[in-house]
Amino acid sequence: MSYLQHRVRGLDFSVGRDIHWLIAAVFVATLVVMPVIAVVDLAFNPTENIWPHLVDTVLGYYLFNTVVLMLGVGISVFLTGVTTAWLVTMCRFPGRQYFEWLLLLPLAMPAYVIAYMYTDLLEYAGPVQSLIRDLFGFSSSRDYWFPEIRNLGGAIMLMGLVLYPYVFLLARAAFLEQSAAMLEASRILGRGPWKTFLYVSLPIARPSIAVGVALALMETLNDYGTVDFFAVRTLTAGIYDTWLGMGNLGGAAQIASLMLVFVLVLIGIERFGRRNLAYYQQGTHLLPLPTYTLTGVCRWIAIGACSLPVVAGFFIPLIVMSRYAIIYFNKSWTVDFRTYAFNSFFLSALAAIVALAIALLVAYARRLHRGSVTSVAARIASLGYAVPGAVLAIGVIIPFASLDNFIDSFMRKWFDVSTGLLLSGTIFALVFAYVVRFLAVAVGQVESSLSKVSPSMDMAARTLGYKPLEVLLKHHLPLIRGGMLTAALIVFVDSMKELPATLILRPFNFSTLATDVFQYASDELIGESALGSLTIVLVGLLPVILLSRTISGSRKAP
Amino acid sequence: MNKRVLIAALAASLGATGFTAGAMAAEEVNIYSYRKPILIEPMLNAFTEQTGIKVNAVHAEKGLLERLKNEGRNTPADIVLTVDIGRLADITGAGLTQPVESEVINEAIPPAFRDPQNEWFGLTARARIIVVSKDRVADGEIKTYEDLADPKFAGKICTRSGKHPYMVALIGSMIVAHGEDGASEWLSGLKDNLARKPQGNDRAQVKAISEGVCDVAIINHYYLAKMLQDDEQKEWANSVRVIFPNQDDRGTHMNISGMVMTAHAPDPDNALKLMEFLVSDTAQEMYAQLNSEYPLRKGVAWSDQLKSWGEFKTDDVSLADIAKERSTAIKMVDSVGYDQ
Repeated sequence: MSYLQHRVRGLDFSVGRDIHWLIAAVFVATLVVMPVIAVVDLAFNPTENIWPHLVDTVLGYYLFNTVVLMLGVGISVFLTGVTTAWLVTMCRFPGRQYFEWLLLLPLAMPAYVIAYMYTDLLEYAGPVQSLIRDLFGFSSSRDYWFPEIRNLGGAIMLMGLVLYPYVFLLARAAFLEQSAAMLEASRILGRGPWKTFLYVSLPIARPSIAVGVALALMETLNDYGTVDFFAVRTLTAGIYDTWLGMGNLGGAAQIASLMLVFVLVLIGIERFGRRNLAYYQQGTHLLPLPTYTLTGVCRWIAIGACSLPVVAGFFIPLIVMSRYAIIYFNKSWTVDFRTYAFNSFFLSALAAIVALAIALLVAYARRLHRGSVTSVAARIASLGYAVPGAVLAIGVIIPFASLDNFIDSFMRKWFDVSTGLLLSGTIFALVFAYVVRFLAVAVGQVESSLSKVSPSMDMAARTLGYKPLEVLLKHHLPLIRGGMLTAALIVFVDSMKELPATLILRPFNFSTLATDVFQYASDELIGESALGSLTIVLVGLLPVILLSRTISGSRKAP
Repeated sequence: MNKRVLIAALAASLGATGFTAGAMAAEEVNIYSYRKPILIEPMLNAFTEQTGIKVNAVHAEKGLLERLKNEGRNTPADIVLTVDIGRLADITGAGLTQPVESEVINEAIPPAFRDPQNEWFGLTARARIIVVSKDRVADGEIKTYEDLADPKFAGKICTRSGKHPYMVALIGSMIVAHGEDGASEWLSGLKDNLARKPQGNDRAQVKAISEGVCDVAIINHYYLAKMLQDDEQKEWANSVRVIFPNQDDRGTHMNISGMVMTAHAPDPDNALKLMEFLVSDTAQEMYAQLNSEYPLRKGVAWSDQLKSWGEFKTDDVSLADIAKERSTAIKMVDSVGYDQ
């Protein structure tokens, strides 16, 4: 009877024994949510309540900019990501096998870097406008009209260019994992490529696409470098304005809490996309996907559609950057450079490993205990993504420092020794911040991969006497290897690009490539910053390339 | 299994702390710095050379105050260096500093540029100047900050964000000079004259003039000096003329870079040594020569660049008074919608 009940509910096949998974997941979620709580607490207990002033003057403006930016970027990444993923997975055209990985390249390009580069390229003194002036004999910016890039439209365009790989990556993984049999069936029933795409592949890939768009939008919501440079005053910019300009951290935390609402909506959308959907595919991974060979004009359109985002989102800024890196090479290439690169690499790798481990724990606990507790734990673990880096840093400082000071007081009182600050101002605090900030990425990806593993596998394994941990290690991990690697690498690259939290939390005499780049770029010394930017991009490329290979390898291309 | 990992992690972190504590035992002084590392490192290196005391630094433009506050009595920081009066006032106001009684510092730094209670001290002064296009603005057409609100300059002025500490301090000085209503009227007039939404830093405003986007900008003087030394940016800088505003009345608004000693400085002796070094002839001359900032210590040689701009009348209103208007000034920026 009880077996049948579980059977009917489809997923919950735990029998109340594996409670320690539940406890561990809840514990981790609590730990990770501490900084968020610290921020919300600040919002409700500000030293000077500035909220009425904000509502009267600037809040509407911040909100408007944020909503428009998110809508614009959302549409842009959805169209670019899904189109290109479909083309390279399901169509055959010249260069397809290169586009598979070329399309990932913009992932390595931080939004603030691409903003610096395009500004340099398109501004008055840049090569494009200079050429126009030479061609038409203009002598000043008053003689002709040229679109301004440093505005809301420019921000939408550039963020779309570097964020679409999130959608591409997840949509492609979903398209690759789809069952060949299902597509064959669609074909046999007389559906052409467009209808198969719209009615079979797209709905199947919807959870992954929703995760991808949600990730891209959370990045958008969080971006500070680009919107600051382009003078687009979004909620995030408002947080910095309120905190740094007005010296009112409480007000900043209030705006941050408002942003949490946005993120909850995004998470809700993602959940909604997955509602009532449980489809499991098995045993068809070895069958080649039925593909469409493109000819004539279609072929050129496909090549164009795949080239545009790669050229605009990666190669053009890369060329501008490389030119500067060469010109300023002697000035920038110092002994410190390798240290910064190592620091970046080491911290990011550590963050990626920790985040992946936690994501597995949370996602698997959720599978074992399909109930509201684990569900809430998983969502809570993702909240850190909502908090802008700098505010999150404050959220990390507060609990860490109180813990340190508590231990210190305790030790002073009972043992008459001062332990000082144990965790604050160490790499530990920094890695913790990265994990909190990017855990959502890992959890989303691992959950989405795990959800495709049929529960009948768990049932079979458990029936054969395997313990949950064994099922996870021996059974699931090999199956979701691709998804895990994706998760770890996204966390890696994101951590390496992370700037504001790194600036605030880092130990004495400690720099990363990102802080080095920022130091120059914030002073409009784009030339001096170029070598650092280039290194971030190139180091970020390694995992991107590795990643694309694994994804293709997960299903041998026909 | 899990327990063992936890214990190992705890042991590792304790070990790491032991290591840092050991390193702290050497002669060291720790600073939190809002300044850009390239601008301050030469002075810190000179200090280490002279005294053998190592200087450890965290450079950040954000969050240092919160870090300091939360670390409480266990903070490793001895000194905080800032780039403007606003942050000095914030840190002092938050009770994170301690008074420093030093004859050496008091003799070097004039009273208007240090806290009456000896909590904060200025190191260098920076003039908030007006630059105008050499080609498009006639000599004598602009003489004061007040002139910038004249409707005849509609669509001709560029500035950075009104929320930036340098702008906030300037607005603060307008409040001191004209009262809140007068200053608000001025700021809204200035806003109406803007050629574009406030953006970029002070360098970007000079560049905008050279590109013909606008004719007039408000900047800190040393940006221009730095640009004149840069091969690529020299051309932008050469397209503008420098105006020291309000020479016929109160004088040009000055801001300061400054320092405080933290309330719980672990090593106040070494901290004091560094503070006294930073006001010494050697350090003050480095500020003047390397960064083209105006040294606050009298009798220190200026750089050739500073000399070429000549002496000028400075607004000698106490910076402590300007700092008091900070909150009003910032709200004013929102009320007139300066950044929108």
